[in-house]
Amino acid sequence: MKYLCLIYDDEKKWETMSKAEADAYMGEYFQFTDSIKTSGHYLGGNALQPVQTATTIRSRNGKLSTTDGPFAETKEQLGGYYLIEARDLNDALQVAQKIPSVRTGSIEVRPIQEFN
Amino acid sequence: MEARQAVDAVYRAESRRVLATLIRLLGDFDRAEEALHDAFMAAVERWPRDGVPDNPRAWLVSTGRFKAIDAMRRRARFDAALGELATQIESATSDASAWDEDTVEDDRLRLIFTCCHPALTPDAQVALTLREVCGLTTEEIAHAFLTTPSTVAQRIVRAKAKIRDARIPYQVPARADIPARLDTVLHVVYLVFNEGYSASAGSSLTRHDLSAEAVRLGRLLAELLPEAEVIGLLALMLLHESRRAARTTESGELVLLDEQDRTRWSRKLIAEGCALVERALTGRRFGPYTLQAAIAAVHAEATTPAETDWEQIVGLYDVLLRADPSPVIELNRAAAVAMRDGPAAGLAIVDAILAHGDLDDYHLAHSARADLCRRLGRLADARGSYERALALTKQEPERRFLEKRLRELPIN
Repeated sequence: MKYLCLIYDDEKKWETMSKAEADAYMGEYFQFTDSIKTSGHYLGGNALQPVQTATTIRSRNGKLSTTDGPFAETKEQLGGYYLIEARDLNDALQVAQKIPSVRTGSIEVRPIQEFN
Repeated sequence: MEARQAVDAVYRAESRRVLATLIRLLGDFDRAEEALHDAFMAAVERWPRDGVPDNPRAWLVSTGRFKAIDAMRRRARFDAALGELATQIESATSDASAWDEDTVEDDRLRLIFTCCHPALTPDAQVALTLREVCGLTTEEIAHAFLTTPSTVAQRIVRAKAKIRDARIPYQVPARADIPARLDTVLHVVYLVFNEGYSASAGSSLTRHDLSAEAVRLGRLLAELLPEAEVIGLLALMLLHESRRAARTTESGELVLLDEQDRTRWSRKLIAEGCALVERALTGRRFGPYTLQAAIAAVHAEATTPAETDWEQIVGLYDVLLRADPSPVIELNRAAAVAMRDGPAAGLAIVDAILAHGDLDDYHLAHSARADLCRRLGRLADARGSYERALALTKQEPERRFLEKRLRELPIN
């Protein structure tokens, strides 16, 4: 079964990190990604650029509106995701709890809806 | 007639075990419940005619499984996927070892851990456990928790949908994960017990059935998974339960521990509880439940309030605070210190706790303060704190108790 692990964290924390800290943090992410590639859980994943690069669009009554910023302003922002293959929710949670941001932000684990 | 009685007796003794196994075999709560129902319907029909089978539980499991596969095949005309699933289930579970004794016991643990999965909300964990593990109806659960059957039913439906859609596995957690997962299970059991022991709202202080269910669950867990904290929780519940007859008057008024008629405590439950505490303490992996049970055991062993070993109780609270730091435990420790060293020592601690602000809305903190002030002769302070406690409490018997204390306070 496929699960999407959505990574939420406070983006501002990057501004306060030294280069060495940021490198170490990225290093942890690379290591984690390698480990779930080896274990066979990894299907895909990406980091996202900060929310100020986000654009939200909606179409109502045929009229498209385009606005700057994310869908909702929150304290923690969606900063990246992993798509994983897991046996069940417990297996998925085992993977998700090793994502480095679990210690500072939070990870939302969502099963993928399969359509036949 | 005899066969019919046998069906009823088997239903009471075995229906939850049969359900737990059917959920594993069929992979779905609703399908398993339907199969359980069909299996018992078949028993009502056939046992009077053919006699009660040698192993009624195995008969019910295999009949339920067969009926479920049959029903899926019939529905496969409308939904082809069901036919495939039926074939899958049939071949995966034809093995007779699927219902041997050990596997069946494991099924009951699987059911408990699944109902108490941390991915479900606490409300849903409680409702699902009482429904599936204890076999209570949604009406009974609603009544016990002072809510409506439709609210309970909705919680259960949502929880089952999450189990199915997010694929919460039907399994006992891996050894390494057991301590954390067990915490959730024990929390659910203790929540059910407390809801029965001291209702959080409403006029009935004790809803005995719920406590009895929690004790039954505790016994089941202690039998299936005899970890120190499981035994400690069972001991704690039994020791609380031992005082049930003494803790309220016939008219439902609350009686405090030091004013209870100790001859009305159940010696049988105390003996069992104390023996369990000792067993849990030798396990070394004991924690907050065992320590609370040990404190309850010290109280239980004193035949009069004056004989209470307060030194030991304060010592146990010290250990408990290290294991599970919480302002409520600090408050209880303060009450024990007051008994050991006098009310002034206790009051100093209570005032320090209240100064933190964590317990400012907790009625028992203010009534504890009131009580200590009263004993010190600080009547105006006592009155103020009793009034504050009274404004915060939601339980009718607690309210009457505090009103009585206020009336009895001398006018200075």
